[in-house]
Amino acid sequence: MAILNEEQTMLRDAAKSWVSEKSPVTAFRKMRDSGNADGFDRAAWAEMAEMGWAGILIPEEFGGSGLDYLTMGLVLEETGRTLTASPLLSSALVATSALLLGGNDAQKKEWLPKFAGGKAIGTLALDEGPHHAPANTALTATRDGKGWKLSGKKSFVPDGGAADIIVVAARTSGKSGDTNGITLFLVSGNASGLARQKLKTVDNRGVANLTFENVSVGADAVLGTVDQGFSPLESVLDRARAGLAAEMLGAAVQSFDTTLDYLKTRVQFGQVIGTFQALQHRAAKMFTELELTRSCVEAALVGIDRGANDIPALASLAKARASELWHLVSNEMVQMHGGIGMTDAHDAGLYLKRARVAEATFGGASFHRDRYARLMGY
Amino acid sequence: MAAAESLNAELESFRAEARDWLAKNFPPSLANVDVAMASAMAGFKPSGNAGLWQERMAAKGWGTPTWPKQYGGGGLSPQEAKILTQEMNRIGAKNPIGGMGVMMFGPTLLEYGNDEQKSRHVPGIVTGQVRWCQGYSEPNAGSDLAALRTQAVDKGDHYLVNGQKVWTSGAQYADWCFCLVRTDNTKKHEGISFLLIDMRSPGIEVRPIKLISGFSPFCETFFTDVTVPKENLMGPLNGGWTIGKRLLQFERAGLGSGGGSAGRGGDARGLDQIAKDYVGVDEKGRIADPDLRARIAQHQMDAKAFALTIQRAQAEAKSNVNPSAVTSIMKNAGSRLQQDRAELLLEIMGHRGLGWEGEGFAGDEIAATRAWLGGKAVTIYGGTYEIQNNIIAKRILGLLDHQ
Repeated sequence: MAILNEEQTMLRDAAKSWVSEKSPVTAFRKMRDSGNADGFDRAAWAEMAEMGWAGILIPEEFGGSGLDYLTMGLVLEETGRTLTASPLLSSALVATSALLLGGNDAQKKEWLPKFAGGKAIGTLALDEGPHHAPANTALTATRDGKGWKLSGKKSFVPDGGAADIIVVAARTSGKSGDTNGITLFLVSGNASGLARQKLKTVDNRGVANLTFENVSVGADAVLGTVDQGFSPLESVLDRARAGLAAEMLGAAVQSFDTTLDYLKTRVQFGQVIGTFQALQHRAAKMFTELELTRSCVEAALVGIDRGANDIPALASLAKARASELWHLVSNEMVQMHGGIGMTDAHDAGLYLKRARVAEATFGGASFHRDRYARLMGY
Repeated sequence: MAAAESLNAELESFRAEARDWLAKNFPPSLANVDVAMASAMAGFKPSGNAGLWQERMAAKGWGTPTWPKQYGGGGLSPQEAKILTQEMNRIGAKNPIGGMGVMMFGPTLLEYGNDEQKSRHVPGIVTGQVRWCQGYSEPNAGSDLAALRTQAVDKGDHYLVNGQKVWTSGAQYADWCFCLVRTDNTKKHEGISFLLIDMRSPGIEVRPIKLISGFSPFCETFFTDVTVPKENLMGPLNGGWTIGKRLLQFERAGLGSGGGSAGRGGDARGLDQIAKDYVGVDEKGRIADPDLRARIAQHQMDAKAFALTIQRAQAEAKSNVNPSAVTSIMKNAGSRLQQDRAELLLEIMGHRGLGWEGEGFAGDEIAATRAWLGGKAVTIYGGTYEIQNNIIAKRILGLLDHQ
């Protein structure tokens, strides 16, 4: 565990007690079974905003508390433990980071106070296929008078159905695959010409496919510099990856804790199954991986806060390891619980399913291993 | 030499006969359609061409080709059965007779049942008309199966059964259940008997269990004062454990041999081809993601090693059809292969492999997702991965417990 200051400790403890009282896994299950089309409970999200979580990263002048990414990560870790579904990552971290890194004063003034208060939800629409590939942006933005017209598709956008404002990566010059020629735009969720198809995915969150057909935006919708969006986009993505890795770490910790409890209570052959060395060694391996991954996740978050020069590598390290860790632990969660772990009534399946979606979001282990090698120059 | 030549001539003549019969009786519209699997999963009896195909194979006895003719089986030699399989594979004909009766209970019944039990129960299995389910596991008797507590009390002319079974596959569609019950509380393994229970008996309640895949192939089955005639005891009283274990060998042989191909989901092509579609190729035609490509190659090599091992085991077994201890190796190797493949397929499909239902996903994508989830059970049922490893370590390698 990183060394925390008083404020960070307080927030983490508040998050811990809120999720256990107000947002246990049963709450997620209830949301899922209710057929909630948003993929999260708006009342719970309002409570989270009330506690200030939506504004953790937002400076005080825009209505937030101006805290750091490590603090955000601590809260995400706690919400991850109980699979709390909310726009905390998409809005309070990803869209917020996009505005903080690329927004002008007017844009910040318009959106950040709304984000901080939970009055508006933001998200990032980037990928256009089933795999994360930031440079492969093909959705076009062409000049139209003083403004722009956007046409194309975005796939599997987190909270894409509920978002009020969407940061859209668009191609303004060059071709798909080029890092130059990408521009970020702020597009209203209700823009004319934007069609949103909500998807039903294994993790029951609010993912959507978006289709843009000549969506008109003004010149003031450009976030940052025309054609120069890739660099800030990568910075936003690294923050997203570190934040999601924190959420995944929390979920993996809970998967492990639940499994460890079962090893200590389930009796077969006249003894608790945790006495079997074959299982003990696998539990020890999981614990080892958990500790190693925690170091990586915290290093990425702290690196962002300190403006380290290796943030991209730290973010890839954290996301790749968190992905592998959670697959290991969620698979073992099912296997060590045996038949009961296969039932829908048990939580194991919920963790197993979310693990896969979380991995695929903002790049999986394979993507990040490759990126890590590139960043290291080999 | 002369004898071998004459055997070859006989086998070739059988091949001609099988080919001719299949040409006349197999509806081509059923090529590559698994009638037995579809009806077992959904609990319906096949109709139309599927029903016709099942009836014809049932009448011929070729759904259970090596079983004795006396009970409706095909009466074929192992070599003839192999030729029949080859001829069926050639035209994409799948065996329409299947399920637990064929895979697990039938072979055990033929070995341990008395004449009356065989005459009564084998024909229904051979024709696919009677479905069987397995009453083994209980909430506190999973891997430690011998801890089972479902009681069968001797009431003179019948047994009175009380207790609860879990993971009874297809119990909601089954006509009969082969069940391990406790008939002596003073001994563990030697207090278990093998009982055949009519699922329509009063006092049986079946509740399907919803799994993480969204499907309910298993049930909880409750027995409350269920009367079972004494003639339904198979094998000796308190001698059920041996029979029950023998049946598990048949089960594991069946489970393992499907490894790497069972539960694939909707797309039957190789992972390499699917990956080229979803991930794209580089300028040399290689799968564009080198990390993924290396892991696909690893999986394909593992799958090849598994296939070669099956071939070798079959060659070594020759005429000996009894499954041996090697089946335990097959189950773990095969089930891990199946799970690895499912995970790789998901990764290849990216977000498209993570749909649950509805618009935005193709049918075979959803099928792959559900097969991935359902496939998590293969290292749990039929003896867990851990139990299989114990069997390998103790029985094959001779390693001892803590002393």
